[in-house]
Amino acid sequence: MNPALQALLVIVIGVGGCITYFYASNIFLDKVLFPAKGPNAGRNTNRANMVRPWLFLFPAMALLCLYLAYPVFATAWLSLFNKNHEFVGLGNYSRMFAEPKFIESLQNNIVWLIVVPAASTAFGLLAAQLTDRIKWGNFAKSLIFMPMAISFVGASVIFKLIYDSRDAALNQIGLINAVWLKFDGGVGSFLMLRLVPFVLIGCLLLAIAWAGWSVLRPLVQAQGSGGQGGGALVKLGRAAGALVAAFLVYQLGIWLYGIATNPLPFGTPQVWLQKPYWNNFFLMAVLVWIQTGFAMVILSAALRGVPEDTIEAATIDGANPFQIFFKIKVPQIMGTIVVVWTTITITVLKVFDIVLAMTNGQWQTQVLANYMYDKLFRALDWGMGSASAMIIMLLVTPILIWNVVNARKEMR
Amino acid sequence: MDGIAGKKSGLVWAVHLSTLALVILWVVPTLGLLVSSFRTGDQIVGSGWWKALGTQVQQLPAVRVSGEEVQKEGVFVIEGQLFATGTDISAWGTSSKEPEAFEAGTTTEIEGGATLTVAADGTFSLTSPSSMADLRMPRVFATASTPPEFTLNNYRNVISSPLAGQSIGQAFLNTLTVAIPATIIPILVAAFAAYALAWMDFPGRALLVAFVVGLLVVPLQLALIPLLQFHNWIGIGKGYLGIWMAHTGFGLPLAIYLLRNYMVGLPRDIIENARVDGATDFQIFTKIILPLSFPALASFAIFQFLWTWNDLLVALVFLGTGNDQQVLTGNIVNLMGSRGGDWEILSASAFVSIAVPLAVFFSMQRFLVRGLLAGSVK
Repeated sequence: MNPALQALLVIVIGVGGCITYFYASNIFLDKVLFPAKGPNAGRNTNRANMVRPWLFLFPAMALLCLYLAYPVFATAWLSLFNKNHEFVGLGNYSRMFAEPKFIESLQNNIVWLIVVPAASTAFGLLAAQLTDRIKWGNFAKSLIFMPMAISFVGASVIFKLIYDSRDAALNQIGLINAVWLKFDGGVGSFLMLRLVPFVLIGCLLLAIAWAGWSVLRPLVQAQGSGGQGGGALVKLGRAAGALVAAFLVYQLGIWLYGIATNPLPFGTPQVWLQKPYWNNFFLMAVLVWIQTGFAMVILSAALRGVPEDTIEAATIDGANPFQIFFKIKVPQIMGTIVVVWTTITITVLKVFDIVLAMTNGQWQTQVLANYMYDKLFRALDWGMGSASAMIIMLLVTPILIWNVVNARKEMR
Repeated sequence: MDGIAGKKSGLVWAVHLSTLALVILWVVPTLGLLVSSFRTGDQIVGSGWWKALGTQVQQLPAVRVSGEEVQKEGVFVIEGQLFATGTDISAWGTSSKEPEAFEAGTTTEIEGGATLTVAADGTFSLTSPSSMADLRMPRVFATASTPPEFTLNNYRNVISSPLAGQSIGQAFLNTLTVAIPATIIPILVAAFAAYALAWMDFPGRALLVAFVVGLLVVPLQLALIPLLQFHNWIGIGKGYLGIWMAHTGFGLPLAIYLLRNYMVGLPRDIIENARVDGATDFQIFTKIILPLSFPALASFAIFQFLWTWNDLLVALVFLGTGNDQQVLTGNIVNLMGSRGGDWEILSASAFVSIAVPLAVFFSMQRFLVRGLLAGSVK
């Protein structure tokens, strides 16, 4: 049968089947099982109303359990078996952690997890604030939002053209290389490639160092004075946050040193996607480009929701626009920023298409999701593949728990 | 905050300029591919797309002079057309080392005492005081400037001819076949469940809502192998039926979550009045809730459509990689592998796949934004 015809048939059967199911089951409940007449009318009505929600819920819950809940456990179970379906316990995990490609994807994923949500949220916040009060703001917003509609694969094609590299004798058709070749090592190059990045990265380093210190400070002071610094969990969180900040500061310090001292290969076109370490950032740029619109739309709505009188009060007290933004607006939308951040984090954990289409994990760009795909469908090692899928699940779990706790709070 | 006028005009300008810079940065990548998809293959590799509107300067393949020798006014002359009419030669030369040695129209002396002139329109004349029968004819290298050329041929080419397994046109149909049922079916299933979670009172409701919220973030990577096994077990294997079911399952948490959040916000009075008037839950749902929830239904439909249209992983796993079932994203990934340098093919293919989501996006942006806000701010 022609697939298009089949699709039409499935729509008719699916929609018709749903309607028939809901209609018929309700009729059955009301007319046959617990009819609201006769001596037991009252009791029957109550019983029917107790059963009805489950009739409404049944198809959705059955699909959810089968397609999302059961696979979590099935995958966990599968990850304990090797290629020949023999039980190996945690053998797959230990084998995986011994594999350099897995360690590489884990490291890359950590960088992705830090850079993409941070950059997307920052750009989104910037775009939301900039477009907030200008006349063509909505137009600008819809253009920045547009990449949301483009598939990861489409975006990969778009950016592959940008990163394209050709022999030095030929005209460059990749935008980045065309710009790169304009630099010749003169004053302009010093300004744009050394000074500006140095200042920007330096500022970022200081900001992170400050943030890390303000996370750590209560802990240090509490120990000094012997007072209480909150629960053990909070203490742990603070320590972890400070540790991440310290790591970032260390990394950025290396960057600063590199920016200042590295000799730059002027005049030769670079194959950007094949430069280890940096190519990860070129791939991340694709996702940042896509996700910024999402962050912008949500943060923009949140900014609109900031009470006008708090801003007016600050203006009257003589706050400048930057103070208003950082001290009045941002603290009030912190909740939304966290939501945006976590949502993008989940997207990052699942990123697969971009890496597959642009480098397929070569030149040290592997990430977990693509590693998993490799194991499952190229190496056909379901045990290892399932084990790496479980690692992704493990990384998602804190967000899952946090979401569920929040939803429970809301329901009360 | 713009209350104190005049004082902040500098800042206002900075805001406008930064916004403009940001917008340009975000639009340029797509624009580059769009422009490229309308250029001929030669021009794409000849110059960057940002020069597409200017005159294209490119080197033509070398041509060896040939022709009949004619005796005119005491000298021997060979005349003719070296390059196709319509080309506009800006510079030429007789050695590969210096292909741009002379301007068009200038005359130069070559070995054997002959002189060669190449005019801008591609005509040449070789003149010699003695017969040139024994002379080794020179080769001419030329740099021509051609007018910018835009074409729809790239699209024609990719839509009908199979370049990587199958044509983009067929892949387009396949994608449509996947996306439409996978968008419509979860809506109805989710709507009933969302109504029960929003407006019906039963023990365990809060728990079920938490369950749905939890499933929102479960990576679908975990579902691949168990579901593939399940599909093989029930005998549908890889195929459209499997991918429709998979997309339905994966889309449900978001659908239920979005719709429930929306339905909870509907006015209680309407529903209670209807109950008092003797309407059953089923009637309330179909006659009141469903029409009122249209915006939320539209938001979810757009999300699900974009997601199923743009998906690669689920299609690779559940649809199989056979040629007759390839979707657009899969086809483009194949093209990137096998025809990575043919930008005229890649760009046109990518734009065929991007066009539909972009059209949906621009026509229904309002619903998309509303859905995003309902889905994540709460």
